[in-house]
Amino acid sequence: MSATTREPERTTAPPVRIDGVSKAYGTGGGALLALDKVSLSVTPGEFVCILGASGCGKSTLLSIVAGLDRPTLGTVDVGGARVGLMFQEPALFPWLTVAGNVELALRTRGVPKAERRRRAAELLAAVHLDGFGRKRPHQLSGGMRQRVAIARALAQDSDVLLMDEPFGALDAMTRDLLHDELERIWSERSLTVLFVTHNVREAVRLGDRVVLLSSRPGRVVEEFPVPLDRPRRIDDASVATLAGRITDRLREEVGRHGA
Amino acid sequence: MEREPVEPGTAATNVLERQIAGLDALEMANRSQPGPLRRMWASTWPVLAAIAIAIAAWEIVVLSGWKPTYVLPGPTQVFPQLGRDLTDSSFWAGLGLTMRRAVIGFALAIVVGVLLGAVVSRVRFLRVAFGSLITGLQTMPSIAWFPLAIMLFQLSESAILFVIVLGAAPSIANGLIAGVDYTPPILLRAGKILGLRGFALYRHLILPASLPAFVTGLKQGWAFAWRSLMAGELLVIIGHHTSLGVRLEYARENIDTQDMIAVMIVILVIGIVIDRLFSAADRALRRSRGLDPS
Repeated sequence: MSATTREPERTTAPPVRIDGVSKAYGTGGGALLALDKVSLSVTPGEFVCILGASGCGKSTLLSIVAGLDRPTLGTVDVGGARVGLMFQEPALFPWLTVAGNVELALRTRGVPKAERRRRAAELLAAVHLDGFGRKRPHQLSGGMRQRVAIARALAQDSDVLLMDEPFGALDAMTRDLLHDELERIWSERSLTVLFVTHNVREAVRLGDRVVLLSSRPGRVVEEFPVPLDRPRRIDDASVATLAGRITDRLREEVGRHGA
Repeated sequence: MEREPVEPGTAATNVLERQIAGLDALEMANRSQPGPLRRMWASTWPVLAAIAIAIAAWEIVVLSGWKPTYVLPGPTQVFPQLGRDLTDSSFWAGLGLTMRRAVIGFALAIVVGVLLGAVVSRVRFLRVAFGSLITGLQTMPSIAWFPLAIMLFQLSESAILFVIVLGAAPSIANGLIAGVDYTPPILLRAGKILGLRGFALYRHLILPASLPAFVTGLKQGWAFAWRSLMAGELLVIIGHHTSLGVRLEYARENIDTQDMIAVMIVILVIGIVIDRLFSAADRALRRSRGLDPS
């Protein structure tokens, strides 16, 4: 299970394939279509940002990819990859310590007890939280809790990490540092990341590709490759330029609901 | 601008590491709390003040001569009587009998309440059918069960236990049901993603999540159990020793009002002490989870 033995497996890991996924809530005339024939292919190791205004069904899409929800139509194929999911809230278990939260994720994967402690310490070190293992989640700041959530997701040894606006509730400075942190972890572990956000600059800062969804129902409007070198900064001029273009397109989409 | 030590390949990581550590340190400051002694004193002195005021008011009423002192004795007569009771072995034997009934009855109520709560929260049909009935049972004054209890079990320990269980179990069941119901949906989603299913889901997520509500249910259940027990001891006069309730009844019959009030004080204090123990457990639990704003 060590990182070195897994590397070759990573490169041959199958892509995430979302094929014509629609999701309707309710039935008949009152049914609400949240997603409309969304198709998206993500190659292994790719960082894809899904961008959209309210009501574009981006959280629904992640739930479907994670297997928490079923599509009404269409299929999702992750080719047997392990999928981790993070939310805007860290969703840590408040009755466990920070290390206990990470260890529980290891435990459900069947990691033996002796190894759990060591692996949890490693994972906490990977998100720069060495020495905080014995704290309770509520004793940490929001950014630190979100890093524990990252460590917990990594503990599942996921090939694919789904992130549902994970930094949406954090202040700008913390978010900025976590972008660096996430980028580092993603490249070190060759993760495949599907990252949902409504922050255009964040999407351009992080993604290899930005997928723009329309709202009500959610449809893929346009895909923007991000041909910018890493490491990037959120205040790079090139990031701002591309973000500007995407914002224009997003506003156009949003404007259609104002008429 | 500060210059970084040049260490090819790792310099950028070191900078990030230090910046993150710095921000963590800034955010972790200002999270200290007042010490435990200070907190204990802050919650104790209002209680002591309230007791002093109550005793003063009692003494004033007695001094006003509203009732003769053999009907309403003052603190100066009752407290010496209380002292005499507390050094009397037959008093302790009676207290022991009462407490044994309380412990057995409450333990039975926990068993019944947990089973009931577990089944009802698990089975949707039972949930709909019995959910509101259990809450309805709580409004039934426990003393109203005694005629039935006496018919079923005659004047016996079983009659008293029956009523304690009926009084306390609904609260305990409700506490468990509420805890299971209010397990935060976001934690359930996180648990599913972590692969918690079936029994593991209960063991690692739903039960620990419902613990605070369960303790609240225990606390309420205890209050009902104690009231039911006292009602029972006044009605079902049995046993080798003079239990607290029986002692109360005898004191009234002998117009020994001093002892009557002394026993009442003991009953009140036991109820309060145990309630406070549950409250302390509840608070410690909530504080350890960051649910307590204070």
